[in-house]
Amino acid sequence: MSETINRYYPGRRRRNIVTTGLAYVATAIGLGWLVIILAVLLWEGFSGLSVAVFTEMTPPPGSDGGLLNPIIGSLIMTALGVLFGTPIGILAGTYMAEYGRHGRLANIVRFINDILLSAPSIVIGLIVYEIVVYPMGHFSAWAGAIALGIIVIPVVVRTTEDMLLLVPNPLREAASALGLPRAYVVRHVCYRAASAGMITGVLLAVARISGETAPLLFTALNNQFWSTDLNSPMASLPVVIFQFALSPYKDWQALAWTGALIITLAVLALSITARALTASGKRS
Amino acid sequence: MNTNTTLSAPDVAQPSVDVSRLDVKIGVRDLKFYYGDALALKGINLSLYRNMVTAFIGPSGCGKSTLLRVLNRMYDLYPGQRATGEVLVDGQNILAAGQDPNLLRSRVGMVFQKPTPFPMSIYENIAFGIRLYERLSRAEIDARVESALRRVALWEEVKDKLHNNGLSLSGGQQQRLCIARTVAVQPQVILLDEPCSALDPISTAKIEELIDELKSDYTIAIVTHNLQQAARCSDFTAFMYLGDLVEFDQTHTMFTLPRDRRTQDYITGRFG
Repeated sequence: MSETINRYYPGRRRRNIVTTGLAYVATAIGLGWLVIILAVLLWEGFSGLSVAVFTEMTPPPGSDGGLLNPIIGSLIMTALGVLFGTPIGILAGTYMAEYGRHGRLANIVRFINDILLSAPSIVIGLIVYEIVVYPMGHFSAWAGAIALGIIVIPVVVRTTEDMLLLVPNPLREAASALGLPRAYVVRHVCYRAASAGMITGVLLAVARISGETAPLLFTALNNQFWSTDLNSPMASLPVVIFQFALSPYKDWQALAWTGALIITLAVLALSITARALTASGKRS
Repeated sequence: MNTNTTLSAPDVAQPSVDVSRLDVKIGVRDLKFYYGDALALKGINLSLYRNMVTAFIGPSGCGKSTLLRVLNRMYDLYPGQRATGEVLVDGQNILAAGQDPNLLRSRVGMVFQKPTPFPMSIYENIAFGIRLYERLSRAEIDARVESALRRVALWEEVKDKLHNNGLSLSGGQQQRLCIARTVAVQPQVILLDEPCSALDPISTAKIEELIDELKSDYTIAIVTHNLQQAARCSDFTAFMYLGDLVEFDQTHTMFTLPRDRRTQDYITGRFG
């Protein structure tokens, strides 16, 4: 036996060292890009951060201004998108985990949901253009919010179903054993047990849509001026970044960097909150 | 095996009673139960008497938990499970069409093997079930919560932390909380499915004392793998084997003069 070990050991040891080394290199490359992105964003965008960014409108080329209208536009459309997509997502996820678990329909819904989850967002933008913008005759914040809502739905469906499936069956039985109707068991026991994970899913959906550009290009378009009218085009951070970054003007490009930094920091904050919630959910 | 070794049944604590003077609370008539196509209960007949403790014993897979789960129709939660025959609770067949399983479960409560506190405060764990069926003032609910917790001898241990999460209690305390929760909705029957198998001996002793104390108000059925527990707590014992009810008698008779050879082998520890 010890001879066998002696014969194979050096080779295994070498392979182990090489594979471990490759794993480290792969990790460094993966993390490296993230660090470079964050560093460049901070380098280019941080100098542009000022009070004016949050208080002034987008300027014409060559004059001073800020990003107030796209920031507000993004907040409004993201909020509406979440308000629109979350209830549908939670109800569908609840159906799949609690009512249709053993049925065919739930499997079909799950399959379609997975396709929707990985559908390119530009396709969703085009569809909303067809069914909302074209009949209305003009771009609008409503159309933008609907497109974002459609992106929220599959994310929330998936996390809601996954989190409810983690609730142990004996807990459902114990609640039913008190004579509670099924809907009551779901609302008061299962949702409570799964709440941290479900909220995390919604936060991740917010993070996802707050950076979406493609679905907004065909729906909310853009607006150089202050507007909170949901029936007219509305500016948003991703679209303004897209427009300003491609422009030849230095001051617009600087504002695009600042906008990118703001979105990244916001998404980072959301992700950290989501992680903290998941951790607190595991503890209790 | 040396046949001269004395194998003995555990000592029985409850005295024998005159069966003719007892009321039948639940009557089971020719009950068959299917998991899909598999027959799990092969025609069970027995009676649970009011204010008596009936223990169900038998090797794993014999159908004792299945039988318990028919008595409050817990099997309804899963597709493909069905029961035929009659289960009469106060003379009413609960397997008949049109019976509301939720109303049934409010009368026939159940406590499970693993403690299952809800993810909410100790107070809410108990108040939750009460509010569903009764409109009571805050003070009345407070009183009901306190009396339920006193009933299971948990009040002194938790009275200063009623608003802590139920999951913060120890395993034995959690199980007593679950019993308190069941008692608080004022059922008539309490089904206990191996309530002590996840507990240490001290917590087990507390639950057994509690069972003895609760039977003055409730009809109790308990599934247990622990023969000593069946002997200590129950007035009647049912021995089940492979989906059949082999023997059903007063615990006193069963543990001293079993009629069936299989019962004798099981309670003396020859198999099981």
